[in-house]
Amino acid sequence: MAEATSGNADNNAAEAFLQGGSLKHAPGPYFGNYGGRWMPESLIAALDELEETFNKAKDDPEFRAQITDLNKNYSGRPSLLTEAKRFSQHAGGVRIFLKREDLNHTGSHKINNVLGQALLAKRMGKTRVIAETGAGQHGVASATAAALMGLECVVYMGAEDCRRQALNVARMELLGATVIPVTSGSQTLKDAINDALRDWVANVDNTHYLLGTAAGAHPFPAMVRYFHEVIGEEARAQILEQEGRLPDAVCACIGGGSNAIGIFHGFLDDPSVKIFGFEAGGDGVDTGRHAATITLGKPGVLHGARSYLMQDDDGQTIESHSISAGLDYPGVGPEHSYLSDIGRVSYEPITDSEAMEAFRLLCRTEGIIPAIESSHALAGAMKVGQRLAAEAASSGGTAQDKIVIVNLSGRGDKDVATAAEWFDLLDKDSAESEIGKEGEQL
Amino acid sequence: MTTAQTTSKSAAAIDKARADGRAALIGYLPAGYPSVEQTIAAGIALAENGADLIEIGIPYSDPVMDGQVIQAATTEALAKGFTVSQVFDVVHGITSKTDAAVLVMTYWNPVVRMGVDEFSRRLSEAGGAGLITPDLIPDEAAEWMEASDKYALDRVFLVAPSSTAERMQRTVDASRGFVYAVSIMGVTGARTSVSTAAKDVVAAAHAAGAERVCVGLGVSNADQVREIAAYAEGVIVGTALVAAIRDGGVDAVASLTKDLSTGLSRGTVLTEEEA
Repeated sequence: MAEATSGNADNNAAEAFLQGGSLKHAPGPYFGNYGGRWMPESLIAALDELEETFNKAKDDPEFRAQITDLNKNYSGRPSLLTEAKRFSQHAGGVRIFLKREDLNHTGSHKINNVLGQALLAKRMGKTRVIAETGAGQHGVASATAAALMGLECVVYMGAEDCRRQALNVARMELLGATVIPVTSGSQTLKDAINDALRDWVANVDNTHYLLGTAAGAHPFPAMVRYFHEVIGEEARAQILEQEGRLPDAVCACIGGGSNAIGIFHGFLDDPSVKIFGFEAGGDGVDTGRHAATITLGKPGVLHGARSYLMQDDDGQTIESHSISAGLDYPGVGPEHSYLSDIGRVSYEPITDSEAMEAFRLLCRTEGIIPAIESSHALAGAMKVGQRLAAEAASSGGTAQDKIVIVNLSGRGDKDVATAAEWFDLLDKDSAESEIGKEGEQL
Repeated sequence: MTTAQTTSKSAAAIDKARADGRAALIGYLPAGYPSVEQTIAAGIALAENGADLIEIGIPYSDPVMDGQVIQAATTEALAKGFTVSQVFDVVHGITSKTDAAVLVMTYWNPVVRMGVDEFSRRLSEAGGAGLITPDLIPDEAAEWMEASDKYALDRVFLVAPSSTAERMQRTVDASRGFVYAVSIMGVTGARTSVSTAAKDVVAAAHAAGAERVCVGLGVSNADQVREIAAYAEGVIVGTALVAAIRDGGVDAVASLTKDLSTGLSRGTVLTEEEA
């Protein structure tokens, strides 16, 4: 890795972009100074095989047809682009459009990636897939794809998460997956990834590791992005069709960053479109209890990639905290680190409280219960909307001239217990109250 | 393997064992488990009872190549407040009392955090021989190649049953001191038998030009040591020693090391060329 020249490389990339170069379809393994393969040698052959299979598949009309067919006839794509008129009043009066990934089969964007990777697993002749999961969303999506394609599925999940997300464990088991509670380390998502990697090393002959986010060793970041690019492609075409122009801003939440990179990709080469990624600010970035990896982390290597990382002075990974399990990860995909460094995307933290306020607002104004993850993007869009409205006013225009697209990455059914507890909607003695209390500790 | 063999402490230790007609014994201990002082004492006991090289592991929050016994030990060390700088105290504590070559086994991020050059300088000053890097492959090692040359440190990369011929060559070429042959596809931990894959990995490494290949993962008793000593230049024992210090302290490390070393003789398999 060319450490010494990376600064120049980043400057060159930023300059190239400003001069009309493209940031789209970055192939990896490096995104500027980030990405790569910080992995045990034992797994390099499997990564090579995956990279080769993926590269062949994406140029294969048959594979593309399979993906298109599954997206349309199984996931329910294209997902809608819905204008949120009443919610917009809380965002400075700019026009907010929601990219409705919550309407996909299994209730989030995750299905895009798992279907693609499960197809690749079949192409490689693998009979078993393994996955990590935090609250269970990626685990459920993986179990779904495995059931659809007749693959054995094993999901690693922190022991504590298994307990507080018992319904999602049941959901995975109904779909035929085996859920293994992870008791090592901090027993959270990062440790679930560690155990999945240990499984993969031992079973790589017949097993594909179906990583759930656009992070990890090459080719995962570029490959997972590829399967989610459909979000941005659809959104761009839909806004052009509905409004005849590009949006002023695009907003998404960032954990590992897969839904975000998917929608961002559609707009990376449109300089007029401002792009925002919203990280989990937890209790607040000055409290130490957050998951604002890019905002406060430092570059390091974890789970196979060089990227921003929440770590202490010794390079030990720090535990993240967020009310949203899907954002509760101390790392972030390497392409996001790069897009932050070159200034193409702005990354900002949103606290639990801000996210929950946006959650409540969307429920009340639009009749849509969003995932708490996606609520971070909604809260961010409210801030962006205010700024754009001020901008419009100062240049003699109106807020109504501004358009913001928010990636509504998932639905909030899974979060109802947490939200009910947050808003104090439950009887103190109810079973749901107990579940909510546990959920809130996320 | 590349030049500077004359300055390689690991190579010298392995060559000395070879001249005695045996394979080298490499013992692993995690730094700070159960304490920094105990690690130093156990390291000295390793050296005094037959280990030629000592591998000191840096406890890390995300040890993806380690099985449960080592994970439990390193997690405990971290919980007790181990800091990365203490690894240099451990290395110095052992090298100042013994002739053993002492390497540090570390996941890469702690080195990145301290700075590759500073880490290397401090390891060198502590008398360390080099680094074993389970999640750093030569492809990503430009900084480490430079620093290890600057401070004359050994760089021990891993090769595995899954390594292609091309990767084997690249890794052997990048390594100095010895090449670490992973015996099986899996993580650390005692196993009842050593996989037959180990012998093939060692043969492939030799064919790629490696003069010193040491086998690790799953080796826990003298019989397994004997089996590996017949075809490799060194045998690496980790989990069994960690279990020993956990259950019986420094004395248990000493007696296990003594027992393991009985398997090192290469007997009649030593060819003229190897001698």
